[in-house]
Amino acid sequence: MSSVTTPIDELLRGSLDHCVKCTICETQCPVSNVTPLFPGPKYAGPQAERYRVSDEPSVEWSVDYCSGCGICSMSCPQGVKIAEINAQARHKLKVQKGIPLRDRIITRPTWLGRAGTPVAPLANFTLGFRPLRVLGEKTLGVHRNGPAPKFAGRRFSRWARSHAAPATGRKIVYFHGCGTEYYEPWEGQKVVEILEHNGFRVEVPKQDCCGLPLQSSGLFDDARKVVLRLARALAPHVRDDPDTIIVGNATSCTLMLKREAREILDLENDPDLALVAERTYDICELLLELHDRGELKTDFKPVNERVAYHAPCQQQGHYIGKPALELLALIPELEVSEMNARCCGIAGTYGLKAEKYDIAMAVGADLFSQVRDSGADTVACDSETCRWQITHGTGRSSVHPIDFLHRAYGL
Amino acid sequence: MLHYDAVVIGAGTAGLVAGARLAEGGARVCVVAKGVGSTHLAPGTIDVLGYAPDRVASPAAALPEFMTARADHPYALLGPDAVAESLGWLKARVEAGPLPGYRYAGELDRNLLLPSAIGALRPSALVPETMAGGDAALPGRVAVVGSRSLRDFHASLCAGNLRRAGIEARGLEIDIDVERADENALGLARRFDDAGWRAAFAARLAIKLQADERVGLPAMLGARDPHGAWSDLEQRLGRRVFEIPTLPPSVPGMRLFEILRSALRRAGGRLVIGAEVVDVERSGQAIAAVSTRAGGHDVRYAAPWFVLAAGGFASGAIELDSHWVTHERVLGLPLRGLPAPGEPRFVAEYLAEQPMARVGVAVDGELRAEGAENVMVVGAALPGAVPWSEASGEGIALASGSRAAELVLARAGGTPAGAAA
Ligand SMILES: Cc1cc2nc3c(=O)[nH]c(=O)nc-3n(C[C@H](O)[C@H](O)[C@H](O)COP(=O)(O)OP(=O)(O)OC[C@H]3O[C@@H](n4cnc5c(N)ncnc54)[C@H](O)[C@@H]3O)c2cc1C
Ligand code: SF4
Ligand code: SF4
Ligand code: SF4
Repeated sequence: MSSVTTPIDELLRGSLDHCVKCTICETQCPVSNVTPLFPGPKYAGPQAERYRVSDEPSVEWSVDYCSGCGICSMSCPQGVKIAEINAQARHKLKVQKGIPLRDRIITRPTWLGRAGTPVAPLANFTLGFRPLRVLGEKTLGVHRNGPAPKFAGRRFSRWARSHAAPATGRKIVYFHGCGTEYYEPWEGQKVVEILEHNGFRVEVPKQDCCGLPLQSSGLFDDARKVVLRLARALAPHVRDDPDTIIVGNATSCTLMLKREAREILDLENDPDLALVAERTYDICELLLELHDRGELKTDFKPVNERVAYHAPCQQQGHYIGKPALELLALIPELEVSEMNARCCGIAGTYGLKAEKYDIAMAVGADLFSQVRDSGADTVACDSETCRWQITHGTGRSSVHPIDFLHRAYGL
Repeated sequence: MLHYDAVVIGAGTAGLVAGARLAEGGARVCVVAKGVGSTHLAPGTIDVLGYAPDRVASPAAALPEFMTARADHPYALLGPDAVAESLGWLKARVEAGPLPGYRYAGELDRNLLLPSAIGALRPSALVPETMAGGDAALPGRVAVVGSRSLRDFHASLCAGNLRRAGIEARGLEIDIDVERADENALGLARRFDDAGWRAAFAARLAIKLQADERVGLPAMLGARDPHGAWSDLEQRLGRRVFEIPTLPPSVPGMRLFEILRSALRRAGGRLVIGAEVVDVERSGQAIAAVSTRAGGHDVRYAAPWFVLAAGGFASGAIELDSHWVTHERVLGLPLRGLPAPGEPRFVAEYLAEQPMARVGVAVDGELRAEGAENVMVVGAALPGAVPWSEASGEGIALASGSRAAELVLARAGGTPAGAAA
């Protein structure tokens, strides 16, 4: 068990003194806006934090309902690290209360992926089979209706190994994350093909999970081990050349590498992670920068369709705006509607949990109705768990924004 | 590094207006902001000039003299035409905005006098239609309706102060079950979006009202469809209904943010929130680029023009540090309006004019920052105003944001700056 107070903890706590109680974060929190069970960021964050004393039992339990979406920290005009304070507090709660078996399981995409992939048809049947899901809800607390991804039955890294990469080109390191590895390997193929089309030589190091699901469920010790293992795996690929960067399509995972692991898990001083954080780019962030430099190929063919774009909270947490929108706008004839909703509700594994499923669906309701009103058949969204939730809530298919670029390139 | 024609720093009223108008003028513009601005806190009214220092009946009539008397004031730099023009622009954007039917009412010719949450009468030039019915010039008695569920709004206190100002008013309470101890106006506004809930509320309220009363409610009549919620209530109650600004969060202020955000986006402007400017790259007398804190690496934004709309002391863009030194924290620009060395910075009487009150970023006659020739300064960052005692904050933000966009567009287009005026 880790000690309950850490230096980063003090740093985050220090930010709470900047809170002027303006309530702006309260206007933004998707959770407190739909349920009275959560009093909101100002209360659970900077206010309650004053009463949390290290080595003493937690005085406030509602923080478990914070989904960790991070919108509050993004909106706070005073720079209070609200979501990060909440994450620390959730961790302390878990340390105190004990960690449910469910949280130990659903936060391990690598275990799940390795177990599910070879037996994908069976595993998918199980996940889609109602009586078993009901049993899972009763015994584990995983909601019976929670959006479960389908195992692809093949792994992205397999494809990557057999893929003939171009011999020349600017080197780039691809971090694909578990979602691409086990559930949506085709997304990874598209990333590689788009990058190659733009003259890159893509390296795919052996890699594992980033630890975000563990971190967001408050399992900090495990999350630290997992993210550091990933940092050790990636760092050697960029260390020697200052121009080599890491790119990822799982926006929550790239955010974990860039910022969350360091800020929430107290890993500011790990040199490998610092290097990886500095060099990591979200795929759309990278493509937009290339475009700005005039280095992105724009040989896009028209795509005569309508798409609704939702920027997931974790993408917004990069603090780079919505580069995907700029990129989609480059595709001739594609009609893009920007969704103006805060969150789809899922927040990683939050919306899978039985006691939070209804809240997550209520959070997502705004987005779901905007999607329906938009008349779009497809929703583009940068995060895989959000895509599953959006499809679950709207019945519309959902893809990563790069799918449209891939199609428009005719790859 | 990303390149734009103009980068706006700050997403309060001033920054969003400047950004939207630059984008409408054809500039590629990006608005970067550390967080949400004071739209969500202020009442959503456009107060142009309320006191000079006596209460102003007509800003249009008072402004010329005010500008002459206060050469250092932002309005003196802007001129009366810029103020009037920007109000017209805003009205049109509200009507074309994302809230169907929602409008702003009022003219520069006459200040409306609207009750505040405690029943003080506030002069304002342009206000949401949902508030206009509170104007003290209108006939009829007032029923101020509150609810114990909404903390910090006390109907009887508000009504009592209105009576003191000569308006016949009484306070009423209606129970609203909110399922939590601590509800704010936004939480209640979401309920008013629901037609069924609204009908039931109206029915409970109707039986408590007297024949010739108009109804003042805290500003919470709908977050998504305020025009629909407000006009439906007027119809159901068969009388004028008006919103009274609340303590933060401000629902009408959030609507204003949405309207301006949507104007910016529709014109193709980018908006990046969470992006605090932490570093500046200078090139001689100009700013070449700013860096914002993002995730792992900072993001650089380069542009030939920057608009500084980061606010003043309230937003933290200007600070007085513990060594008693005042800074502009975003771009490190020189300030104006500081008390001379040795002079007092504060006076004991809290509500008297504080010597620090007029501090702002030093600018020339065309809003250009001293020491940075490609930076335009707008909103609460400007020196010379005391918005809270003049009731001028939003008017300055709107008019200066508009004017800065106009000047940048004119200069970028190669026209000499003066020609745009
Ligand atoms: C509670 C309250 C009530 C008010 N009531 C009234 C009223 O009744 N009438 C009236 O006329 N006025 C009122 N005002 C004042 C009025 O709202 C402001 O004067 C006006 O809106 C100024 O807007 P602004 O856009 O200049 O600045 P702000 O709204 O303060 O916006 C500043 C923006 O800059 C950003 N920023 C700051 N530092 C950085 C940085 N380093 N990097 C990037 N971005 C940064 C902030 O995040 C924010 O987005 C009120 C203000 C407050 C706070
Ligand atoms: S937005 Fe920031 S300053 Fe305002 S109440 Fe929330 S934490 Fe405090
Ligand atoms: S992280 Fe998200 S859910 Fe948690 S308090 Fe902040 S806005 Fe609310
Ligand atoms: S958060 Fe990313 S790398 Fe981490 S579990 Fe997800 S898919 Fe895997």
